[in-house]
Amino acid sequence: MPTLTIDGTEVTVEPGTTVLQACEEVGVEVPRFCYHERLSIAGNCRMCLVDMEKAPKPIASCAMPAGDGMVIHTNTERVKKAREGVMEFLLINHPLDCPICDQGGECDLQDQAMAFGRGHNRFDENKRAVEDKEMGPLISTTMTRCIHCMRCVRFSEEVAGVPDMGALYRGENMQITTYLEKTLDSEMSGNVVDLCPVGALTSKPYAFTARSWELKHTETIDVMDALGSNIRVDTRGAAVMRILPRLHEDINEEWISDKTRYVFDGLKARRIDTPYVRKSKKLTAATWAEAFKAIKSKLKGVKGDEIAAIVGDQADMESMAALKDLMASLGSTRIECRQDGSAADASVRSGYIMNSTIAGVEEADYLLLVGANPRLEAPVLNTRIRKAARHFGLKVGNIGNAEDLTYRVAEYGDDAAILKAVLDGSHEASAALKKAEKPMILVGQAALTGEQGAAVLKAARDIADKYCMREGWNGFNMLHNAAGRVGGLDLGLTAEGGVDGILDDAEAGKLKTVFLLGADEIDTSGLKGATVVYVGTHGDEGVKNADIILPSAAYTEKFGTYANTEGRFQRTSKAAFAPGEAREDWSIFRALSDVLGSTLPYDNITQLRARIAKDVPGFENIDVIQVAEWGDFGKQGDIASGGIAPAIENFYHTNPIARASQIMADCIDARGGLVEEATGTNG
Amino acid sequence: MTETTGFSWTPENEAAAQKHIAKYPEGRQQSAVMPLLDIAQRQNGGHLTIEIMEYIADYLDMAPIKVQEVATFYTMYNHKPMGKHHVQVCGTTPCWLRGSDDIIAACKSKLGIGMGETTADGQFTLSEVECAGACVNAPVVAINDDYYEDLTADSISNILDDLAAGKEVKPGPQVDRQTSAPVGGATTLKDFISEGEGA
Repeated sequence: MPTLTIDGTEVTVEPGTTVLQACEEVGVEVPRFCYHERLSIAGNCRMCLVDMEKAPKPIASCAMPAGDGMVIHTNTERVKKAREGVMEFLLINHPLDCPICDQGGECDLQDQAMAFGRGHNRFDENKRAVEDKEMGPLISTTMTRCIHCMRCVRFSEEVAGVPDMGALYRGENMQITTYLEKTLDSEMSGNVVDLCPVGALTSKPYAFTARSWELKHTETIDVMDALGSNIRVDTRGAAVMRILPRLHEDINEEWISDKTRYVFDGLKARRIDTPYVRKSKKLTAATWAEAFKAIKSKLKGVKGDEIAAIVGDQADMESMAALKDLMASLGSTRIECRQDGSAADASVRSGYIMNSTIAGVEEADYLLLVGANPRLEAPVLNTRIRKAARHFGLKVGNIGNAEDLTYRVAEYGDDAAILKAVLDGSHEASAALKKAEKPMILVGQAALTGEQGAAVLKAARDIADKYCMREGWNGFNMLHNAAGRVGGLDLGLTAEGGVDGILDDAEAGKLKTVFLLGADEIDTSGLKGATVVYVGTHGDEGVKNADIILPSAAYTEKFGTYANTEGRFQRTSKAAFAPGEAREDWSIFRALSDVLGSTLPYDNITQLRARIAKDVPGFENIDVIQVAEWGDFGKQGDIASGGIAPAIENFYHTNPIARASQIMADCIDARGGLVEEATGTNG
Repeated sequence: MTETTGFSWTPENEAAAQKHIAKYPEGRQQSAVMPLLDIAQRQNGGHLTIEIMEYIADYLDMAPIKVQEVATFYTMYNHKPMGKHHVQVCGTTPCWLRGSDDIIAACKSKLGIGMGETTADGQFTLSEVECAGACVNAPVVAINDDYYEDLTADSISNILDDLAAGKEVKPGPQVDRQTSAPVGGATTLKDFISEGEGA
């Protein structure tokens, strides 16, 4: 443990710490551009120069390991001069276009030029000009502003695992580009915008729409996948202008996926902003009172077992609980949250969460994927797996579709029946699981759908039980795609026969009324015969055959609780008001219950949460991992040989908000174009 | 950067490439990227294309952009078709002091092209390079792999004429001189050597 002195303060740091990190530990700020704690050290911007006693010249603190007995000064005249010099060089070719630069106001170069630079520049020659590069629909480039810190290049190679960025030519002619100026083909590409310390790479959809200082920041969580990435929603008035990641070491570190970041324009398009009632086959706008009256008259004489409800992927727990209570008051318990027909079993909590946790991936030494494609289903989790595979010796095996996950994967084949061999110990994966100190099995929803879903779940459970249990370590993990799914299972929203049963019964006329809470991933054509009450945000699949439509709030417009795929409860905050007449979902059910004559026993969200807490243990423990007791789940059964259909076919179109987003559509177009181009050049 | 189609190693070049790769430890085959690019450039008649770079990237199991980075960083990799003779005139200070401006002027007028251009018959490409590292024999011109040293406007013109005519040309110093030894033969210790030999 080296002990060094920084500006007169003695500090002892871990071996391998750099001088810059040691400075941060004692609270001394060292300016930097190229250094980033989650990327490899480059040492090419020279901004972090500090004085080290006995060294002939200033040292780059980001690249110098802290040594015992070092004496570091960061406030000498020489350091000041060095910083001024570096700053002056960096500004030689940097345009003074801050007033028209989107980075203005949140620019590292701007801030550090103010803090550490000279007042003026002595360079009278022409500045260099660099042609802008095309990097796809998400990243806007102004390459003249680039200071060659290489963060984006290191990110794409190290974190995203898509080594498509690089620096061409040399010296004054150096240019950062993507390979052949193609779209940066990663689900994580938007993060380079955050990493860029200047305005060279900025967000294309956000371009010239707002200034950072006029935005209201709301800290909330994301619902595009089941990780619950921590985000900050920036709004101006009622409009969401952009979405940025927030630091959460155990979930998303500081990354978010492109869908999380760029879906925001989908919050404005195709919104339902007023209730609708179907009158003589045509949906007509109505008031809330009219809509409720219509529901009441439709429900007249309908028995409890003729009513069912399907809950969508992005429902918060408050809404689901209120719907469940409303259904109970109508005499029905038939409410289903597994839209995709997954066999996830609500009876044992450890059977439907990621017991090893997301951060636990870094401790694991073997990971068996079963019908899971983390790159598309949870890109941020995929970068965590990549990190573990790169740095911590994690080995990954896969049963399912062979996809490029950006790290080395032992492909065992696309056949669910392999699980039987793994279970009886005759497969190579069994030996690997047995040998591993902390083995993980990650079951994706793809493996759990279809007729043999329950049998696959049981087999995975038994494999985990046999090979993946260690002291203080539960290696069974389920990867969800729906943000609301774990919450729904916590509330016990599963029905015999699942979604297909409801749809079939509705088609057969056994169901008279079906409530849909943002359920858009199902084929609603079977519901034509029944009265469909759709509560949701977007005009998507769910409204096609709806008879009464009630507008509700999207995830940025309400206070809601979500349990992520680890079972961690987190809450969203209201960043903006829902458009028009739209209301928070739970309050819609509360108001409807009043009209229907049996008022739900809560008047505000606090009371509702207290009610949920009675059913769901640990519900009030926000952002805490709760260890779930191991149990038995799934159903013993035969597993036929056959491929596992992927759970997500189109990463950019997995939910109604994304489907309404023009930016997501552009992302798909950009990739469609890419496929053609690739065949053209590769012959 | 231009396109070619269907690049793949000739058997001799494949063997040469494998020889370079074998110099590096298992899994470090990417270290051989520079010699491989050079071999490929020679095989392709003097320049690299995107397709060749992708071929080498594939051959060495590395990202194409990494190969492109290397190939665009170093000036001796060319990215457009070159003449049969690549005339590289050194214009750095020692050569410049010894009259490289005249050499450049002679090349330009003889070939009728400017810097970075190729003659219409595809015989010559003219370019100015930084220090060729043969300052003792300044001014220097490198044509393909050979150095022509101690040049004058006349001697370079003659060389270019001979090359254009397909005649044999003698590389090295174009004056009476052995490599970098004194012009006109040995001038120092002459007597001593002969005396010593005599004694």
